[in-house]
Amino acid sequence: MGLASQNQMQTLPARQKVEKLHKVDWQLFVLITPAVIFFIVFCYAPMYGVIIAFKDYIPSLGIWNSPWVGFKYFNQFFKSYYFWDLIKNTLGVQVYYLIVGFPLPIILALALNEMKDGFSKKFSQTITYAPNFISVVVMGGMIIAFLDPSTGIINHLIGFLGIKPISFMSDPRWFKTIYVWSGVWQTTGWGSVIYLAALAGVDPALHEEAIVDGASKLQRIWHINIPAIVPTMVILLILNVGNLFAMGYEKILLLQNPLNMSSSNVIATFVYKQGLLDGQYSYAAAVGLFNALINAVLLIVVNRIASKVSDTSLW
Amino acid sequence: MQHSRLVKDTHADRIFKIFLNIFILLAVLIVLYPLIYLLSASVSSPQSVNSGQMWLFPVKFNLDGYKVILRYSDIWRGYGMTIIYTFVGTLVSLFITIPCAYAISRPDFKGKTWVTNFMLVTMFLNGGLIPTYLIVKSLGMMDTIWAIILPGAASVYNIIVTRSFLQASIPWEMQEAAKIDGASTFQIFFRLVLPLSAPIIAVMALFYGAGQWNSYFNALVYLTNKSLYPLQMVLRQILVLKDMQQGASTGLTAETAQAAYSKEQLVEIIKYGVMIVSTVPIIAVYPFLQRYFVKGVLIGSLKG
Repeated sequence: MGLASQNQMQTLPARQKVEKLHKVDWQLFVLITPAVIFFIVFCYAPMYGVIIAFKDYIPSLGIWNSPWVGFKYFNQFFKSYYFWDLIKNTLGVQVYYLIVGFPLPIILALALNEMKDGFSKKFSQTITYAPNFISVVVMGGMIIAFLDPSTGIINHLIGFLGIKPISFMSDPRWFKTIYVWSGVWQTTGWGSVIYLAALAGVDPALHEEAIVDGASKLQRIWHINIPAIVPTMVILLILNVGNLFAMGYEKILLLQNPLNMSSSNVIATFVYKQGLLDGQYSYAAAVGLFNALINAVLLIVVNRIASKVSDTSLW
Repeated sequence: MQHSRLVKDTHADRIFKIFLNIFILLAVLIVLYPLIYLLSASVSSPQSVNSGQMWLFPVKFNLDGYKVILRYSDIWRGYGMTIIYTFVGTLVSLFITIPCAYAISRPDFKGKTWVTNFMLVTMFLNGGLIPTYLIVKSLGMMDTIWAIILPGAASVYNIIVTRSFLQASIPWEMQEAAKIDGASTFQIFFRLVLPLSAPIIAVMALFYGAGQWNSYFNALVYLTNKSLYPLQMVLRQILVLKDMQQGASTGLTAETAQAAYSKEQLVEIIKYGVMIVSTVPIIAVYPFLQRYFVKGVLIGSLKG
């Protein structure tokens, strides 16, 4: 009797708790569980794993038990003879890409936006978007095949103009140009989609009023369409700059060869080679962390500049 | 733009318009030419391609390249693996993305801001290649399908895009009514929300599927067993590594170097064909699905 009542005393608050839990809706938590597990295992666990950059990682000891070495690997990287080459190559290729690759989708979108809806607009869009869906490996294969000094079509075409064959892939001076313009070929069309979306939101009444006021097409693009896409431009610019040191390494890795290494060696591919091919885990993790820090600083700086100058920012 | 044509274009406008059309025509031609060249080169004799005789339309039409490809078992095994990775990978990605996006789309989910920030952080902070590799290795995923599928299974961006779509297209009032009628969250999700989310599920399946089909980097990092190689890794061997026989760092073994000469010739015959064969599935579905891909970008742009 005494025991039973004691039991009841215990279950009563427990039941209330269950009801409260029900109000919290545990089913919503079940729905987010796969995602939470995914982000913990593949994003947060590696963030913890980054401490090997400050340790001498020994696989048999594991991440936690490996001995601490402080900034040894960072110092080793900063003092290495290739440090400035890596920075120069990484910045060089990406800034070049940004300068050429950022405005072109905007210009294409503004031009496409002036076309009347119909077959030729649809056709132009379908064709220019298409290269975006070609894999990076096929892209690399195309570049290598087209630029071959003796069999590539590019050298045959410039041969018609009387220019001697150029061994593009083995000449370090050509590497950045190859990377940038092949990227422009592949991504300009698709990059215009997001600007076209912003342009579709422009109120036609603005254009009608401007026409009545005698504004030319160019003036209307300049004073109506461009201001309408400025926020999109700013956001994309921030994201691009904030990703500057991590972009395109999959393609660069494919286009790299010993002969163009002096300009194609960038931080991200260096991390891959040092870490996974040479097994220098701690050193490569330190270089990778350095790379990520530069990225984060760039992102914050650009975001701040953007919010000061244009009132548009990520946060 | 379809503003009224009541006012006639001025002379300057017409010139400007011609200029714009020339720009677009040039863009289309520049994009189209390499694609046509690839197609023509894949059905021309290697001699006429390599000598530059073939520059637009096929010369000495023949299907030798495709005949060799048909017998080249590595490519078809790679194809099979890629189909498996794409299919399973897309399912796993959807399984992670859609329920989570739904949960954080609910205004009554108290933890939604917390969960969203928890995910957003990973867009800008991550451990990087080496720590991720060590985690995957310590989980015993090396040389398994899971190393290809899981590390990139979900993207924060796609989850946010899906959330925006659900918020915009499935009225919360409707779900609230179901809730008042006694439907549980699961019932609302499976019976009400999922059937109405077909468009966004299609868009996400395309994004994840195309991404998986085209990727090679995870396979490069996590697979040593060549029989597990996806198509893109097989292509890399054919299209990229053949040009770098002098490079020890690319991982060429003595055996492959020995067979280099005959392989070199083989590569010349099949290189354009394999580019076509590997891209055909995407190009075949692309014109029909283009609007879904575009839709995905548009939903994404709503949320800035």
